[in-house]
Amino acid sequence: MAQYEVTWAGFGGQGIMVAGQLLAYTGIEEGKQVVWIPSYGPEMRGGTAYCTVVVSDSRIGSPIINNPRAACVFNRPSFDKFGPKVRPGGLLLVNSSLITATTDRTDITQILLPANRIAIDAGSPKVTNIVMLGAFVGATGIVSYNHLKETLKVKLGKKKGLLEVNLKVLEEGYNRGKAESKGKLRA
Amino acid sequence: MVAETLDELNLRERTCGIAPVGCSVLAYNYFNCDFLEAPHGRAPALATGFKRVRPDMIVFTYQGDGDLASIGMAEIVHSANRGEKFTTIFVNNAIYGMTGGQMAPTTLEGQITTTSPIGRNVQQTGQPVRVAELLSTLNTPAYIERVAVHTPQNIIGAKRAIRKAFAYQAAGTCFSLIEVLSTCPTNWGLTPDEATAWLQEKMTPYFPLGCFKSPESDEDSDGPV
Amino acid sequence: MARILMKGNEAIAEAAIRAGATNYFCYPITPQSEVAEYLVKRMPEVGGVFLQAESEIAVANMILGASCTGKRVFTSSSSPGISLMQEGLSYMAGSQLPCVVLNIVRGGPGLGGILPAQSDYFQAVKGGGHGDYRLLVLAPSTIQEAVDLTMLAFHLADKYRNPVMILGDGMIGQMMEPVEFPDSYSEPELPPKDWAATGASDRDPLIIRSLFLDPTTLEENSIILHKKYEQAKKEEIRFENYKVKPSNKVLIVSYGTMARICQTVIDDLEPEGYSVGLFRPISLFPYPEVALRKEATRKNIESVLVVEMSMGQMVEDVEKAVAGARPVNFFGRTGGIVPTPEEVKDQIKKLIKKKSRRGRPAKKRK
Ligand SMILES: Cc1ncc(C[n+]2csc(CCOP(=O)(O)OP(=O)(O)O)c2C)c(N)n1
Repeated sequence: MAQYEVTWAGFGGQGIMVAGQLLAYTGIEEGKQVVWIPSYGPEMRGGTAYCTVVVSDSRIGSPIINNPRAACVFNRPSFDKFGPKVRPGGLLLVNSSLITATTDRTDITQILLPANRIAIDAGSPKVTNIVMLGAFVGATGIVSYNHLKETLKVKLGKKKGLLEVNLKVLEEGYNRGKAESKGKLRA
Repeated sequence: MVAETLDELNLRERTCGIAPVGCSVLAYNYFNCDFLEAPHGRAPALATGFKRVRPDMIVFTYQGDGDLASIGMAEIVHSANRGEKFTTIFVNNAIYGMTGGQMAPTTLEGQITTTSPIGRNVQQTGQPVRVAELLSTLNTPAYIERVAVHTPQNIIGAKRAIRKAFAYQAAGTCFSLIEVLSTCPTNWGLTPDEATAWLQEKMTPYFPLGCFKSPESDEDSDGPV
Repeated sequence: MARILMKGNEAIAEAAIRAGATNYFCYPITPQSEVAEYLVKRMPEVGGVFLQAESEIAVANMILGASCTGKRVFTSSSSPGISLMQEGLSYMAGSQLPCVVLNIVRGGPGLGGILPAQSDYFQAVKGGGHGDYRLLVLAPSTIQEAVDLTMLAFHLADKYRNPVMILGDGMIGQMMEPVEFPDSYSEPELPPKDWAATGASDRDPLIIRSLFLDPTTLEENSIILHKKYEQAKKEEIRFENYKVKPSNKVLIVSYGTMARICQTVIDDLEPEGYSVGLFRPISLFPYPEVALRKEATRKNIESVLVVEMSMGQMVEDVEKAVAGARPVNFFGRTGGIVPTPEEVKDQIKKLIKKKSRRGRPAKKRK
């Protein structure tokens, strides 16, 4: 893997920014270069907040990524906005609990994941972002699952009860992502 | 409400509004009269310039509390003191809205904002500024009233005050300022209902409603309304 | 120390504290509000001063006053606020007072927008306020560099007794990258601050001022300032070359975050057989003129391309440095629109195809 870019998008309160940051923290732990860049200002209108994370083995150039290798979309406006932008060969991870649409692009891999459902079943709708994060890492292997788990323990460890839920859905997301991608997206 | 008044008094076509920076910068999307955009805090200076050159026109500024009571304090005090014959609608929501919830001069003691994360410390940042009271200490005749818009009765009162202010301006009587207490649920971190209650319970005791100054009280004469 | 993930605005704020600048004055403005929001919590921990002023005019004069004590002072703002500070900065330069000012530039003129821009270059490097003075200006392109340059800025401010500006943009302010802070902060020794107003107990009273009604004394003051800037031109030139080599046909000149986008362009074009180098000025004043001229006039360089998030400001300094030895071309987007790598690539391909017409082609406007 030389450089990998992923955009996280949804509406405010879905934990988009945090999901991206957890990935970035994990990248740092693995000694990689990372950039996390949020949307701000007028870009925030129209129901999408987003951030992009770049993980690389070498110095990162442009922090602004127009065509990422993956997009993890949490709501419909984000699906509409970022679905078409994913680079050919890339991944579109769709929160199918809130997005009923599917892309007709054949040049990318689409994974549909009922993330809200999984989160609620595990005990908290708040961990939807962690389901998605697990699935993304499962599908792409951008960072190691063990390192990711460590990051969660460090960053989300304060609330013990919630941490357990987080780790549980992370694993579920991870397994699903891994199974669905059938290994073909592995870097 | 301002727009309604302008229509009722048949002033709209010769009115020019001035919005400085703040949530009010978007005011021009809600009015169908001419509008100017002022640098942060400077609307009263623009209004002075405009009104002096075109005294036949109706001029009003629409300013937030950060704008008017912080960076623009000098401009509003001197405009009021010169008795500039324009109208200021001063929206006091006890916070900087547009920039994401920093402490304003009107932020209440103990109120949490992004630049007073453990609550406003009045030892270090002073007491909240009462603009209506402050301006009414000036000797120059003016019409100054504080109103609120969190209940239907208050809205009626606010409307009456705004109408009076524009009537004074139309008659060329005096400077007028209507301070409007309003909510900012997003930056207060409250629901709209909670925000309404907070305004009533916290803001109105410190910022009492009412008329602080009118040209009649200064001159013992009847005003135009 | 370990690498930690930090937002640019917060990392710069922390760097200021590490460099001993525990006196901060501010006024809210997007997109740098996180500096204040970070420092309002951090200053009490280090016993420092945090004050939100009534305006940027007041801020500039508060740092002027605070700087007279000899302590390190810091402020941050964004374009419209920086404009309001110019009077105070001019007084500080005239009175030879140090301070560090962070400008997280947003699109202008006027109220403009809040997205990244580089349209305050002229204001930053040519003086900004009235009178014969300059700011020393440093432009970081990564957050680590923002941290390093912020610490350096406090040293330079004291060394030259002059305001120093860190020129960033919304990208630097808002993005997060790993940063490392040195375990302990050290810097070359500085002369004692015998100019500070500390009370006339064991010395004669002193006056800190910029008023010199006698023209000879005022001229002398300006000559003193000028000499400092000449010294800075010898000692404080900073720049970076990226893939600058003899085979380069085009040399890009770009600074700050824009330079990183150009770096991507260069990497992408390499496998296509285009040899392009990047010259990135880090100190914008003093400007790395001599070094730039050397790189721009290498044998194989056919043309120079300046890329900015503005309608063309630094390009004038590049033209001055290259002095007609090579054609200097310009590409820029502004208003908060950041040029994409694709747009810049197209420019380069056109240049190489055209075998570089002489002169500066019409600026691209959209
Ligand atoms: C010179 C200058 N400084 C700072 C700003 C940033 N700014 C934009 S709006 C605003 C104030 C917003 O607060 P307020 O006036 O209370 O109005 P509200 O948004 O609450 O309606 C500030 C500080 C600016 N635009 N110009």
